[in-house]
Amino acid sequence: MFKQQAVPMIFSQVKQIRIPSINNILRAAALPLIGLVIFLGLWSVMAKNIDTSLGQFPGPIAVWEQATTLIDEHNAQMDKADVFYTRQEERNAARVAQDPTYEPKIRAFTGAPTFFEQIWTSLYTVLVGFVVASLIAIPIGIICGLSKNAYTAINPLIQLFKPVSPLAWLPLVTMVVSAVYVTSDPMFSKSFITSAVTVSLCCLWPTLINTAVGVSSIESDLINVSKVLRLNALSHVTKIVLPSSIPAIFTGLRLSLGIGWMVLIAAEMLAQNPGLGKFVWDEFQNGSSESLARIMVAVLTIGVIGFILDRLMLMLQKQVSWDKSAVLR
Amino acid sequence: MSNKHHLELTQVGIDFPTPKGPFTALQNVNLRIDKGEFISLIGHSGCGKSTVLNIVAGLYQATNGGVILDNQEVNEPGPERAVVFQNHSLLPWLSAYKNVELAVKQTPNGRSKKEMKEWVEHNLELVHMSHAADKLPAEISGGMKQRVGIARALAMEPKVLLMDEPFGALDALTRAHLQDSVMEIHAELGNTVIMITHDVDEAVLLSDRIVMMTNGPAATIGEILPIELARPRNRIELADNPEYNHYRHEVLKFLYEKQRKVESVDEHRKKLAKHNKASSKGASVA
Ligand SMILES: Nc1ncnc2c1ncn2[C@@H]1O[C@H](COP(=O)(O)OP(=O)(O)O)[C@@H](O)[C@H]1O
Ligand SMILES: [Mg+2]
Repeated sequence: MFKQQAVPMIFSQVKQIRIPSINNILRAAALPLIGLVIFLGLWSVMAKNIDTSLGQFPGPIAVWEQATTLIDEHNAQMDKADVFYTRQEERNAARVAQDPTYEPKIRAFTGAPTFFEQIWTSLYTVLVGFVVASLIAIPIGIICGLSKNAYTAINPLIQLFKPVSPLAWLPLVTMVVSAVYVTSDPMFSKSFITSAVTVSLCCLWPTLINTAVGVSSIESDLINVSKVLRLNALSHVTKIVLPSSIPAIFTGLRLSLGIGWMVLIAAEMLAQNPGLGKFVWDEFQNGSSESLARIMVAVLTIGVIGFILDRLMLMLQKQVSWDKSAVLR
Repeated sequence: MSNKHHLELTQVGIDFPTPKGPFTALQNVNLRIDKGEFISLIGHSGCGKSTVLNIVAGLYQATNGGVILDNQEVNEPGPERAVVFQNHSLLPWLSAYKNVELAVKQTPNGRSKKEMKEWVEHNLELVHMSHAADKLPAEISGGMKQRVGIARALAMEPKVLLMDEPFGALDALTRAHLQDSVMEIHAELGNTVIMITHDVDEAVLLSDRIVMMTNGPAATIGEILPIELARPRNRIELADNPEYNHYRHEVLKFLYEKQRKVESVDEHRKKLAKHNKASSKGASVA
């Protein structure tokens, strides 16, 4: 029995050694493709059977058309802006030629923001909110991880605020920003600050908690090494604590960024702050026959951007991590 | 010569707080160690060997008594009492060289940058690890990691070198190599060494004195056996040296006759239950 099996087993192993490269490529490329095709098929079939008050639910083709339309609209708007600025320059130049004391006024182009400008606003807002939150959460997380007393003091607050929906914060944040952020020459718009602060409030917790857990679970031997070497607090943190808790910190950062991105879209919808969320809301209010397809473009865009943001964080983690052999996903 | 000793443990005792009240791990531990002596601590597992070492290292505070090194009381860790940990404890994100360098940088000395580099290299050379200076701990074998750990400790120029089962996790061949290295280094540098081991041959081969500990709780020093074998010692020649075998026999007699580990029926049952639990857990995972 065993002898009979021995030969085929060797053969099957040889096969496994040779074929994996092709096999793997096929798997890596073909399987996601199959998934995508099935998804598109189901989507178009279902779309045909859903009638809404704004017409039939958009299938993949309708969505694709709207995506190209949005690109065209963006290009047209950019052209308009170019024309506006060149004309303004010409007019100013002419007036200065007539009257040398005239100080030319430059007015900004005030067209409605295009889809891509809304994407940019959202990206910018989420990144600012995320970075601010991380700069606060990581140090507090480290302190909580290092000191049991600090952790005991802060933990109830974390547990209290962690489950709060950002949208509950939004009215408060809006009012506080309006009251506190008063300048004659605002560097940032109020809506931007409101959105960014709301994002920050939600990005804090995963990073803070994961950092604290990572720091508090450093191997005790490494802490003893630090003690024997008499590392001071700063070296202890930079040489021992940070490197060993990088995986945990990044787990937190990636969770935070994901949550921040979801929260931002909702906040923009609710507060009518510029960004992708507002685009979705405006289209919904607009209620034209293309609206649903355009919203669907936005939905897919939000997904793709969320995915790219996570991949970027992963790349950053690979860059920063000392353990190049660790499997990160 | 003063009659003061280099390293003195006087009436050392320690209680660990536990939910059931304080647990006395050590009691009345008295030991005087001369400069350059090589001391082995041997005893059954759980008797308190690591605890003694950690108290000397300053990582634990004795509840009673204390430790005096060169007329100064020990009450915190420091580089003059370098520790070689059982699991090497190299920082995994630093190369072998950087691990040793970190220790050198932390040790007060007036070295210039160039001297520092030479000193790091010298210590890696001492443990025969120069060829792997730029490797991360994950890229070298267990024995090599332990060598780097020893280099790191030596580079601090400690008054006392403390080693907690330094070769416990290594295979027999690697262990023999490292024992030879440690003997060489000890002959060359003459550090005072306290080494924990559970290997009788290792203890006899390396030590000037073997300190044998009684079983816990409230463990203390049972007997001290001076090993008067001429150095340098050679493991092959010693194999059929009657003196050597006598020493081995003495240690074995202490461990397996005088301090035979007797488990109460209760303890035995608990262990069995734990074991069964662990194995059933393993099964359910698989
Ligand atoms: N930090 C601690 N807290 C409570 N009990 C401890 C602690 N460290 C050691 N012990 C107990 O002290 C005894 C001696 O432990 P240890 O010194 O590690 O033994 P070993 O001789 O195996 O090195 C054991 O019973 C152990 O459970
Ligand atoms: Mg131990």
